[in-house]
Amino acid sequence: MTAESTIAVAVALPLGGAALLAACHRAPNLRETVTLLTATALFLSVASLLPAVLAGERPSLSLIEPFRGIALHFRVEPFGLLFGLVASALWIVSSVYSIGYMRGNDEAHQTRFYVCFALALATTIGVAFAGNLLTLLIFYEALTFVTYPLVTHHGDDEARRGGRTYLGLLVLTSTAFLFPAVVWTWLAAGTLDFVPGGVLAGHLSETQATLLLALFMFGIGKAALMPFHRWLPAAMVAPTPVSALLHAVAVVKAGVFAVVKVAVFTFGLGASGASFDWLMYLAGFTVLAASLVALRSDNLKRRLAYSTVSQLSYIVLAIAVLAPLSVVAAALHVATHAVGKITLFFAAGAIYTVSGKTEVSQLDGIGRRMPWTMAAFAIGALSIIGIPPAAGFLSKWLMFQGAADAGNWTVLAVLAVSTLLNAAYFLPVVHAAFFRPLPAGDALHGEAPWTMVAALTVTAAATVLLPFVDAVPLELARLLAGAAP
Amino acid sequence: MIAEHLPALQVVVPLLSAPAIVLVRRHRAAWIIATVTSWAALAMAIVLAMRVADLGTISYAIGSWAPPWGIEYRVDALAAFVLVLVSLMGALAMPYAKVSIAAELPEEQEYLFYAMYCLCLAGLLGIAITGDAFNLFVFLEISSLSTYVLIALGRRRQALSAAYQYLVMGTIGATFYVIGVGLLYLMTGTLNMADMAQRLAQVDELRPLIAALAFITVGIGLKLALFPLHQWLPNAYTHAPSVVTAFLAATATKVSVYVLIRFYFTVFAQTPRLHDLPFRELLMLLSVVAIVSMSLVALFQDELKRMLAYSSVAQIGYITLGISLTSPSGLTAATTHLFNHGVTKGALFLLVGVVALRCGVTRLSQLSGLASRMPVTAFGIVLAGMSLIGVPGTAGFVTKWYLVRASLERGSWWLAALVVATSLIALGYVWRFVETAYLKEPDAELPRAGEAPLWMLIPALLLVASCVYFGLETSFNVGYVGEAVRLLVRQGGA
Repeated sequence: MTAESTIAVAVALPLGGAALLAACHRAPNLRETVTLLTATALFLSVASLLPAVLAGERPSLSLIEPFRGIALHFRVEPFGLLFGLVASALWIVSSVYSIGYMRGNDEAHQTRFYVCFALALATTIGVAFAGNLLTLLIFYEALTFVTYPLVTHHGDDEARRGGRTYLGLLVLTSTAFLFPAVVWTWLAAGTLDFVPGGVLAGHLSETQATLLLALFMFGIGKAALMPFHRWLPAAMVAPTPVSALLHAVAVVKAGVFAVVKVAVFTFGLGASGASFDWLMYLAGFTVLAASLVALRSDNLKRRLAYSTVSQLSYIVLAIAVLAPLSVVAAALHVATHAVGKITLFFAAGAIYTVSGKTEVSQLDGIGRRMPWTMAAFAIGALSIIGIPPAAGFLSKWLMFQGAADAGNWTVLAVLAVSTLLNAAYFLPVVHAAFFRPLPAGDALHGEAPWTMVAALTVTAAATVLLPFVDAVPLELARLLAGAAP
Repeated sequence: MIAEHLPALQVVVPLLSAPAIVLVRRHRAAWIIATVTSWAALAMAIVLAMRVADLGTISYAIGSWAPPWGIEYRVDALAAFVLVLVSLMGALAMPYAKVSIAAELPEEQEYLFYAMYCLCLAGLLGIAITGDAFNLFVFLEISSLSTYVLIALGRRRQALSAAYQYLVMGTIGATFYVIGVGLLYLMTGTLNMADMAQRLAQVDELRPLIAALAFITVGIGLKLALFPLHQWLPNAYTHAPSVVTAFLAATATKVSVYVLIRFYFTVFAQTPRLHDLPFRELLMLLSVVAIVSMSLVALFQDELKRMLAYSSVAQIGYITLGISLTSPSGLTAATTHLFNHGVTKGALFLLVGVVALRCGVTRLSQLSGLASRMPVTAFGIVLAGMSLIGVPGTAGFVTKWYLVRASLERGSWWLAALVVATSLIALGYVWRFVETAYLKEPDAELPRAGEAPLWMLIPALLLVASCVYFGLETSFNVGYVGEAVRLLVRQGGA
């Protein structure tokens, strides 16, 4: 199979899977088998692009031209492949997890759930492989709409409210800022392609370039840069597998992925003449402020959500440093944060499934009932804080180094303080789970269904093992930085 | 050679079908004649469009009286584009009408519907094809008079008052138009539009020209529901039979917009002194007010048809906004939105008609949980609604792209901001439907009727599919008229 057709297959696979899933709505076992098979096939087809991309090829595929000179165009470059690999690999794990969760909680509309999940993955792959801004915009926006039914899955008032915030904020930002920014880029540069070194150099004055950068950064609402971050905690009304894969991996990473992509391939970082200073301060503020909110949230999923907001801004912050090493760190953080955070969400969902507990203050002693789950939680927490041997250490270390090389003391200070804050909101949870006594009269329960435990064990193991097999992600991240000027 | 006479046949065939239907009277036969006519009209329109693409503008002298003395039918790319839109909507409306009209009208009245529909089709096609300003008035009257009857066929009594209201407004509009044409005839001594354009360039007297322009703008403005001349539209769309609403919403206002473009960019093309007048600014102002106010009004409607009707007035505002920008991108936005909005609103009205047939109600407050009863219909409304919002990848997005592009090209940031802000209002009203249909428990009184017959569903879903198709493959809805539009703008315009 040629690389071109592999791209088409990778986007079409989850779409076809979705159609099949819809057809098997009367046979749950068959439906779940289809999900797992589709997820595996998707991962394999994305992974099959790896050798070519590492060898320096950039497979591309052009379809129709909706606008003269702007085609629906896919182009697989290292960072996109890294994102695609992470998303498709974690889809397999989270499908296994979903089976246990959806059945364990007796959720309604399970077929719709799996169909939308597959569609979300198709659009995520579309974002990852997008070769120009128009393609990115189309899939980015589609991702919002196909995940809306997942966010509002429960169909009650709370879901409706959460869904409104989710859709409202994401579509507001993309329509009001991102879309005009894309049109402006087209008018200014005459191309929307992602080109190493950027396309804007010499086309805009510094003020204009900075304004355009602001339109892009606020327009990509999925990166949850404050003040447009509130959709992320609102999305937590969704069933936990959705929060885990979509709102810790696919959707939010589609956001920061787009941020990195635009910053590197449209702006060429500093080459465009745009000022990134304000972005650095804003991202730094988001990192700290979101950590503080996380610290004060008793609801576990809310705490994880704000932790995600904060971690996403790490990536934006690293980009704003404009140093090559920081770009590597940003790209790598997409992968390391993904495995760590999905583990945490899996654990939160497992706890909810067996005990119905949702608040941090209820978790005393739960580690004795659910040792596997809480051990995985601890590993995920270590990764987010950035303590070796967990994967998060890797990207965070590079961030520190990049900021130090650039002599950027502001960023160093933000990173240091936020690391302490991360520890402050995660370690007490781990401590309480293992070292506090169980409250009297607590319902007897053990671990969650085995599929859920298996899934979170796998992601926890991946979190620990990633630093040992980091060659591929690191290489992909390095290749991205090579594209930056 | 029959192909030579296609421009005439395009109009004559539906025109003659109408009396034929009245003669046979039987409802089934009437339907067959109307359906065959519509599909034949579509086939002719497509052949004409292809010939225009190959050979350039086709000029046809009726009765072999050479223009400018005789009546000239003139098919250029823009006219062919409108012909395809109108006949396509007719061809899709007919299978739908088979079930829908049978449910809404007594059997002995059905032939009246089909006869009037054929007249209306002939009128609309005639407006697009003729190159003669007075002949255009004749066709305008044919389509208008038949439209009044079509609206009055609505089941409820309000349909009569809606039709009457439209009749009064429409007649004023047609009168204004003919006064405007009369003035132009006095100045130039010709009724052929191309000829008129050339002669107008030599006219020294400005005042009658301004009067003519004003009369024609107001007259056509009434027909195309240009804010604030839109009052007739929401009632007419709400109370007419479902298929009539869908057909008119997709074609009648669009054809009137076409007339406006014709006059601004062909007839008045070579009278540069008119361009100094603030017509453009006035049109822009009205469009902006239409877009903002009517979107907001749509947001607060309970009746789905009325909501879509107000949304139509707002969407027509996008088209006239594009015209008022007088740039290639702006006019591209206007012309492509004729088609994009035609298929989008056509799909929506057809689907709402399905809801009306199955549930008996179209008020949002009574449609809770609709999606669990009619999943295909509800999902179709959502998809077409996304095109109405202008989600990337849909036909509506293509319009939005060119509108924002045209605004940014002339440095009007506020216009770009306005376009995106109002598309967010559209998100608001479309999502009111989504929340009602999907996130509420089914209403106890909502009938458990299930989906509509395929005769209705398939045309509606074809239009829904084209909302996505024409958002990605734009070689017809943008490419086909692209060159013509550039030519028109280069010629100038009022």
